[in-house]
Amino acid sequence: MFESKAGILGIAGIGFFLFAFISNVWTPILMYKDVTEKTVEEVVNYRVMAHFGDLNRRYPEAFKEAFGEPTEENCAAALRLGRQLYIGEGCWHCHSQFVRPVSNESKRWGPVSTAEEYQNELQRPVMFGTRRVGPDLSHEAGRRSSDWHAVHFFDPPLVSPDSPMPKYTWFFDGAPNKPNKRGLAIITYLQWLGTSLDSYPYYEQVNADAEEDY
Amino acid sequence: MTSDVKPLLPRHDDLVNERLVAWYFLAALTFLTVSMLAGLLVALQLIRANPLDGVELLSPARWRMVHTNAIAYGFLANAFLGCLHWAIPRLTLRPVASVALSYFIFSAWQFVVVCTAAGIILGPSFQAQDWVAELASQFHISMSLGAQGVEWGETPFWIDPVAQLGLLLVAINFMTPIVRQRGPMYVSLWYFMAAFVWTFLTYGMGNFMPEYVVGGVSGGAVGGLFIHDLVGLFVTPLGWGLMYYFVPIMLKRPIWSHGLSLVGFWGLAFFYPLQGIHHFLYTPIPMFLQYGAIISTIAVELVVTTVVINFIGTIWGDGEVLKKNLPIRWFYCGMIYYFITCFQCALQVTLTFQKLIHFTDWVVGHAHLVMFGVFSMWIFGIMTYLFPRLIGRDWYSRKLCEIHFWFSAVGVFIMFLDLGLAGVFQGYYWASLAPWDVSVTGSQSFWVVRAFAGLMMFSGTLCFLVNLYLTWRGPVRELNPDIDVAPALA
Repeated sequence: MFESKAGILGIAGIGFFLFAFISNVWTPILMYKDVTEKTVEEVVNYRVMAHFGDLNRRYPEAFKEAFGEPTEENCAAALRLGRQLYIGEGCWHCHSQFVRPVSNESKRWGPVSTAEEYQNELQRPVMFGTRRVGPDLSHEAGRRSSDWHAVHFFDPPLVSPDSPMPKYTWFFDGAPNKPNKRGLAIITYLQWLGTSLDSYPYYEQVNADAEEDY
Repeated sequence: MTSDVKPLLPRHDDLVNERLVAWYFLAALTFLTVSMLAGLLVALQLIRANPLDGVELLSPARWRMVHTNAIAYGFLANAFLGCLHWAIPRLTLRPVASVALSYFIFSAWQFVVVCTAAGIILGPSFQAQDWVAELASQFHISMSLGAQGVEWGETPFWIDPVAQLGLLLVAINFMTPIVRQRGPMYVSLWYFMAAFVWTFLTYGMGNFMPEYVVGGVSGGAVGGLFIHDLVGLFVTPLGWGLMYYFVPIMLKRPIWSHGLSLVGFWGLAFFYPLQGIHHFLYTPIPMFLQYGAIISTIAVELVVTTVVINFIGTIWGDGEVLKKNLPIRWFYCGMIYYFITCFQCALQVTLTFQKLIHFTDWVVGHAHLVMFGVFSMWIFGIMTYLFPRLIGRDWYSRKLCEIHFWFSAVGVFIMFLDLGLAGVFQGYYWASLAPWDVSVTGSQSFWVVRAFAGLMMFSGTLCFLVNLYLTWRGPVRELNPDIDVAPALA
């Protein structure tokens, strides 16, 4: 059995794989099956709408061309595009979206992440991330203003001098006050992250004195 | 060539399509070069010395995904396919299912890899166009034209079906001779057979499930399992299968213990697939599943120890060969690194370590030691051994081969130590609640060292490429007996 073709194909190849699949994948699926996955339209709330409207007031021409009116429907479209860019531009390889219950993370970033936060269309595939070169973004909404984000995307060291983040000049038509559709969409997405929580807006808690210690 | 003596054995030339092996190796080296250049770009970005910052198609974040995908699907997969076209027909004494199919798979796979890279680089540029949103709402899919949001599975969704089909054809092509062969199967064939099934299932699970079937936390569990299985059930069994094949041939002695070979294979088969969730510890994935993943990770470390002991037992008493036989040195150096990474894994997977090192460069160092220090180094060893046979010439320069070894082996170990230390610093900076910038400025010196370690590895590879070119252009020469230790048939 241990050296036969049937044993290797059947037990090791398919059997053990299925066993792992059932225990590691099927179990959480069954456990969370009653937490329904919300659509993008369902996660648009008044908080992200405030940011969406703010973008409309700040950059009226670009906004009109990209999304027309600041309606909930258009906000959902912006969120979809924003998330696609978050994936396609590789943001998730330097920014995480989960707050762990250890290492003072809930002090710095806000409440520890729960399963409910991830049960929506914008977390398919889930954007946990595996590396934090830059800050965690799961509660990013409202922390900084949209024009801060615009300048930061255009040239990060302008507002964050030591940042190694690349420039995303292609989110703009030549200047930080002229975001294009992609720029507006990714800022909308960032200003949505964490808006469903009671803690919104959660400002990063850091020990300001610590800077002098290092 | 042995057909006169043993008429029952097929001729090597009837079994192995050497031209195809060489083509696979050349494709592998091409993508390796691309991947290393991409790595260099990201390393320069982190130390804020990227002269090309702000160029859309050279975005470091997009090229970061090309870096990993070119290694997994461009370099490792191509190199493994080349090696398998050599090893499987010789082990089974039967050719692969079809020459035409082999060439078709070769072209299809290059198509997949090039499309993956092109999708990742160009996709996001077209993302904002209206037709994308229209198609997405029509078919209810996320329609990320570029990368898919699963680590190591960034292969764009529109190329996934082709890749999946390609893997099926690979399995058919290689399983045919294995199924036809009679009598006991050698250890390598256990690993290869299982790997064909596992790779096919793993690819399908990771690239389709989190996109179409299940999202949120459960999707995260699938993603974790995929990241893990891609290394554990595709790269690892193929790598070890090739070690079980090439090491005894070059040492001219059998594997030390058949019993340990059995323990190694079955231990890997049982424990490896159970560990996926250890990539997402402290997430909302149920805690008892996290504990299960941790325990099986520690268990697999014990299995790995038996495998490494088995290979040390095989070379025991013949250590001198490490000095003069370069492929053997590549292999055993890779095995030592393998033991180190697996030992590290058994430690870092514990919740105590996770508090500190998760999300830090520690994990990046670990990944480089596994993918480059182990599997890439094994492949370099096999290439060093096979290229002279494939092109009928001894290496142009033994010294360049030595430089390739030392630059790669030392470079990756420096990177591993440097990033491991960086990870510890980053972990403490974060936990101390110092402002975020402190952790970034504190990492700078480590990132500078990392860039130089990467340059060292890259220079080693360049030496290998130059050496290969000069060998190919040079006259046909007798094989060096140090490298040529195997008869035509294993």
